[in-house]
Amino acid sequence: MAKRYDAIVIGGGHNGLVNAAYLSRAGLKTLVLEQRHVLGGATVSEEIYPGFKFSVFSYVVSLMRPEIIRELQLVRHGLTMLPLESTITPLPDGRYIYRGPDSAATFRSISQFSTRDAEAYREYSYAMYHMAKAVKYILGIRPPDPTSFHPRELLALLKLGKHFLSLGEENIYTLVKLMTMSSADFLEEWFETDPLVATLSASGIIGTFLGPRSPGSAYVLLHHYMGEIDGVFRAWGFARGGTGGVAEAIASAARGLGAELRTDAPVAEVRTRNGRATGVVLADGEEIEAGLVVSSLDPKLTFLKLVDPEQLPSDLVGAVRNFDTYGSSGKVNLALDAAPDLSCLPGDGPHLRGAISISPSVAYIERAYDDAKYGRFSKQPYIDIILPSMIDPDMAPPGKHVMSCFVQYAPYQLAEGTWDEQREAFGVAVVDTLAEYIPNLKDIILHRQVLSPWDIEQTIGLSSGNIFQGELSLSQLFFLRPAPGYAQYRTPIHGYYQCGSATHPGGGISGAPGKLAAMEILKDLRK
Amino acid sequence: MPIPGPLHSRIAPLCTTQEWRDWSGYLCPATYQPSHEVEYFAVRNAAGLIDVSPLYKYELRGPDAGRLADRLLTRDVSKCRVGQVLYSPWCDEDGYVIDDGTLARLGSDHYRLTAADPSLRWLQDVGYGMDVEIEDVSTRLAALALQGPNSRAILESLFSNLSLGQLGYYRLLQTKFKDAPLTVTRTGYTGDLGYELWLPPEHAPALWDRLMDAGRGYGLLPVGLAALDMLRVEAGLLLIEVDYTSSNHAHIPAQKSTPYELGLGWTVAANKADFIGRHSLQALAQPAQQLVGLAVSWPDLEREFGKVGLPPQVAGRASRTPVPLYAGGRHVGQATSLMFSPILKTYIALATLDSQYAQPGSDVEIEITVEYVRGRAGAKVVKPPFYDPPHKKAVQRG
Repeated sequence: MAKRYDAIVIGGGHNGLVNAAYLSRAGLKTLVLEQRHVLGGATVSEEIYPGFKFSVFSYVVSLMRPEIIRELQLVRHGLTMLPLESTITPLPDGRYIYRGPDSAATFRSISQFSTRDAEAYREYSYAMYHMAKAVKYILGIRPPDPTSFHPRELLALLKLGKHFLSLGEENIYTLVKLMTMSSADFLEEWFETDPLVATLSASGIIGTFLGPRSPGSAYVLLHHYMGEIDGVFRAWGFARGGTGGVAEAIASAARGLGAELRTDAPVAEVRTRNGRATGVVLADGEEIEAGLVVSSLDPKLTFLKLVDPEQLPSDLVGAVRNFDTYGSSGKVNLALDAAPDLSCLPGDGPHLRGAISISPSVAYIERAYDDAKYGRFSKQPYIDIILPSMIDPDMAPPGKHVMSCFVQYAPYQLAEGTWDEQREAFGVAVVDTLAEYIPNLKDIILHRQVLSPWDIEQTIGLSSGNIFQGELSLSQLFFLRPAPGYAQYRTPIHGYYQCGSATHPGGGISGAPGKLAAMEILKDLRK
Repeated sequence: MPIPGPLHSRIAPLCTTQEWRDWSGYLCPATYQPSHEVEYFAVRNAAGLIDVSPLYKYELRGPDAGRLADRLLTRDVSKCRVGQVLYSPWCDEDGYVIDDGTLARLGSDHYRLTAADPSLRWLQDVGYGMDVEIEDVSTRLAALALQGPNSRAILESLFSNLSLGQLGYYRLLQTKFKDAPLTVTRTGYTGDLGYELWLPPEHAPALWDRLMDAGRGYGLLPVGLAALDMLRVEAGLLLIEVDYTSSNHAHIPAQKSTPYELGLGWTVAANKADFIGRHSLQALAQPAQQLVGLAVSWPDLEREFGKVGLPPQVAGRASRTPVPLYAGGRHVGQATSLMFSPILKTYIALATLDSQYAQPGSDVEIEITVEYVRGRAGAKVVKPPFYDPPHKKAVQRG
């Protein structure tokens, strides 16, 4: 006889695990099924080279909801969030911009370029703080359906409207600008120093197929500001043990609450009967029954692969087929024999414990985007670097380091050749670019791991390798994420739910989709 | 005016903030770098080095050394073996706590006591007539605290002869550093894996250098008192004149505390040989107030601050400003050390509460100030320590 559970969560990424933890906490007998040999999905740390632990895919944490940390007691389960407090932008001429926790030092550094900008930077930080505060409310709620006249939806819309009106005129205008402008245009209203605009605007393109001059990128900028740690917005963190440390803590909490977690268990199909989910079939044919099935995978897999699309309304199938999951970024992870030395600021220092941004000018990033628009990886890409071993020394043997390089752009679909043919050339382009700023780099590389969007798709299953399970464009957000009418974690199939990053509030290690979905599921159960 | 201590030549150049505190008359960095949180996390995740030389230190030698310690402390010193360290408070005759510290047994007739306040006179008075030599070694002994999960690996790389893996919690080893005696105790004020290193001050700078050097690949950072204060609150460790008042310094009797009131009832060995305060303590074993931990409700803070449109504003450092606590509208105690725990994502406090509210799980209210206006937030009583990692006490087998 087939085993039976109250709920099955497909996918052991961080949102699937959060979802399972909350369902278990509510007393449901819950099973998580992960296709890989490790849990975590894109939130995973692996020892790719002996002694060196890589945060293979995702590499920083900013959006992890503090209430999830408290409610699931993740610290007791091993979670430690370490601060990542600075960003340095090295420039080809040997100068640099440093922004860190010491506001006077930040002021002095920007002043080298423009005192006007150094002053504006403080005001800009306040403005973005207000914006983050405004949007924070949205992060914690289920998106209401603006087309429904159900009293519950109307009430939710009314509350939302009231919230926005309470922001005040000036903030509403700024918000509309953020929704419509390009990140570079938005930032140029504030700053005249090109490398500063470039570095700040880079937050507006991370993970998306947009350039800093593309309208809509300003919203992505805001998405990256919504990160909140300890009630402090725009605070980035780094998990002990890499991002896998986050998944391990959530997994441990879920187990402690009674969830069963299985790896090497790829799901082939979600079983349905009379429009109701009844369980899953694994790739090896094993059948597992459950009254509830929750997919943490992206909508292409959730709606087009796991179930027969014929069971679904055609408007949903159409919307999901058009849902943009195009991957545009890659990852290069390096094991280093020694600490890297920046030519602009040689030697050890706090700057190595923060981010290093290769974003010398807006034109530089826009040119990198030009390459990608026509199906080539950027010859001189935008690179967001952190040295996890500088923050958590256990990531590498003493004195040695791991370097995580998030690289943009690397289009999923190449104009010529395949990623198997181009992968190493891409890795070389990244290292060559880095070596211009880090002269000792090529001498200290022990191992290089290169991941294209295609590799991301092949390894962890994200369709087309999009790190957010779908673009964070306005047309794919809030009540439109992943599809109009299906943004409240439910699907047309009873007992079949979605809880991944392709649902509101979207990508990043936040746990919010996983939790909000669990809350909706539990609400349905109480009916 | 505070003066430089034995490690000043090393810590002064590292103290880039020039933010100094006065600890028993010595200059001590509050933070070395602009962000004390980096120092805090060094201890929680890697390792930190703290100059704790300003502690008062006393050596007790002679046939009656153990008897003196036993008469002084509430703990049963006769059970303290050579190589062991005890934490204990000590009381006045009325059973009120004067001070607290650690007692290390270095030899069969040789002990070392640490204290927060100068204590030579009291030790001499308690030891009157005993065959014991009491020596104030406060300035003749420097102390370095190496704390954090990587502290063992760093120390092992320096002293390969020591079997640190087998050294238990609150145990000690004695060795040499540059021919000078060095005591290594597995103790600290952080609630993490850690060691304290005791040696003559003239050798302390060289040891500091060696440790900083060895710690390079292990994330070792020098750590100041701002971070230390946060670490000790999470560890549930008390600070004199903050969480309690020494009976020597109390202006009124109500300011004094018994060990029972401080949550230190476990240290009172009522059945051991006579000790100072014993007779009084028998009648005080059911305290009217107790020291507890509090976890403040975050949703309540969001609600209260939300009324004026603010996210919760929490102090980045541990606050030592006492705050009243309420239950049923009545004042029932006060929080004495308050902080937002960066690792727990929780606003926590050490507090003294009327005993009827001191059970873990009890609900009380804490006063908060939102834009100059006083309000209240719910708080739950919890049993300290707030943070208690397994590696704090773990011993390697073999």
